Amino acid sequence: MPNVGVDIGSTATKGALWNGRSFICCITPTGWAPRESAARAVAQIKRRGRIPHDHDVRVTATGYGRNVFSADRRVTEITCHAAGAHYLVPTARTVLDIGGQDSKVISLYPDGRVADFMMNDKCAAGTGRFLQNMAAHLGCTLADFCGIPEGTPLQPISSMCTVFAESEVIGLLARGVPKESICLGLLDSVAQRAVNLLSRISESGDICFTGGCAQNETLRALIEKKTGRRVTSPKLAQYAGAIGAAIIGGGMQRGD
Amino acid sequence: MNDIDEIFEEMREGVRNAPVAVKELKEAGRPIVGTYCTFTPWELINAAGGIAVSLCSTSEKPISAAEKHLPRNLCPLIKSSYGFALTDTCPYFHFCDMVVGETTCDGKKKMYELLDALRPTHVMQLPQTTEHTKSLELWKYEIIRLKEVLEERFDVRITDEKLSASIALRNSINAAALRFYNLSTLPDAVVTGKEIMLVSDYLKFTFDYEKAIASVNALTDRLLENYMEGKRRVNVATHRILITGCPMGKSLEKVVEAIEAPECASTVVGFENCGNLKCAHYKVSEDIPPIDALSEKYLSIPCSVMSPNKERIKLLRHYIKKYRADGVAEVILQACHTYNVESYSVRTVLAGDGAQYIAVETDYSQGDVGQLATRLGAFAEML
Repeated sequence: MPNVGVDIGSTATKGALWNGRSFICCITPTGWAPRESAARAVAQIKRRGRIPHDHDVRVTATGYGRNVFSADRRVTEITCHAAGAHYLVPTARTVLDIGGQDSKVISLYPDGRVADFMMNDKCAAGTGRFLQNMAAHLGCTLADFCGIPEGTPLQPISSMCTVFAESEVIGLLARGVPKESICLGLLDSVAQRAVNLLSRISESGDICFTGGCAQNETLRALIEKKTGRRVTSPKLAQYAGAIGAAIIGGGMQRGD
Repeated sequence: MNDIDEIFEEMREGVRNAPVAVKELKEAGRPIVGTYCTFTPWELINAAGGIAVSLCSTSEKPISAAEKHLPRNLCPLIKSSYGFALTDTCPYFHFCDMVVGETTCDGKKKMYELLDALRPTHVMQLPQTTEHTKSLELWKYEIIRLKEVLEERFDVRITDEKLSASIALRNSINAAALRFYNLSTLPDAVVTGKEIMLVSDYLKFTFDYEKAIASVNALTDRLLENYMEGKRRVNVATHRILITGCPMGKSLEKVVEAIEAPECASTVVGFENCGNLKCAHYKVSEDIPPIDALSEKYLSIPCSVMSPNKERIKLLRHYIKKYRADGVAEVILQACHTYNVESYSVRTVLAGDGAQYIAVETDYSQGDVGQLATRLGAFAEML
């Protein structure tokens, strides 16, 4: 039976399916109904993988919504991100994942198993949600955080808390600070938070950067610069959790 | 319901009825002394003819009321304790004649200063090291001072005979507790973590001490018998987790529930916490003068306020081995600086031993049950 991994995140639900050569992936917004978004992701991935809709697949669910969905197996996002990142960047011994509502750092054994991990606490500071809120205030979209021209001066943002940072951003806009500089400052504060989390778990070696925020090249470069370590965001970085779930569900890892 | 579940249900009922029991004891003229901490020598209170009772401190409900006087970024245990007193919603506080506290952490000792306005509060000055003989001398002086305070307030004389008798009684209570906890030395788990918490509570809140000892011993016997018959009550194909850290209580059952949820496939086999192994493991000597014996036992409690706190590592290692723990989960309350800082040393030492360790920081709200499930679930997947 084909193995499908579904990663039900706070913002997006991701699906992954192994077609014998590579992973086919799909993404759909989670919205307010994680159960439905998961069902949608399974249907989408079946279509993409040319599996007739009435054929059964074995589903392994992960992500914060994993328990609301009737999957064949449930595995936490820590273990799945580790397995997915290990598949995508086999040399990496450290995974940095910045998603919609939390961020985490995982250190890996050479075979991709979790050696240790740490998550941010009870708060969306330093995550995709933080950037999304700020984008709303700046009248721009998340995409605008990606194309910041080189040489833009960085406006430091001192508040890590979403609520305080909002007031700070409003103040800066009122002072006429250019939007790009503020965007860069916000990315820098997310990067700094990630670096702090990294330093508590792993000190050296390549980093595989996953989650929705891994698509932001500026953020990746900032983390690389701050740590002096190679930070790789593979093309399928956002799907690492779903890929890991499919790998674990299919017993491709550790033979279980 | 089988007979073992019935015994547990009776214990639950006993804990539920504890406020009525305290009310009746109060009406019968018994002195009621409220306590918060494992450092309080209950033996002295019993020897004064009094009832020592653990005051409410583990619910989120009175915290907002406490924040009228206390800062927000203070540990929930301290805020909850004070809030219960301030709103008069803890039946035990309501009935108590006085409170005994100790200078453990900074937050607590300053809170006790405020608490004194609500109920007479005697604070024992706790030395924070066991490394100098002067510490023991000072602590012995504090034990004698508490004895004198109790004698004066309740107009009794605490003789050595009375004290020795109450030491023997409390040793029997702790022995019954330890015998029950030590069911976890068996290869398969016998009880769940929530049941261990229940038995600790039952022993704390049953004031007919002989009855409490007999019930717990009977429960342990019955569980052993059941086990020897080859019956297993708890899913045996699970990881065995030892809990450590801040005092556990009602609001922190969420941690035990997350560990024992089916997705996590784990069972809590012991609690190296206050009111549990931290207390029951250390016996009061019955071979030396009673005041000396009390001083020695209570100063040896490995609370994170002690510096250095080498004894805690010894106790942890002892029970990791004894209970064959696959992993150690440390529960840290937000703003509990001493446990939070000590967490790094515990992690480092246990990593050196090859033991798996996770620390979770939480408070009394139920808002983080999802995050706890993920963290503890991932920890179980690592084992």
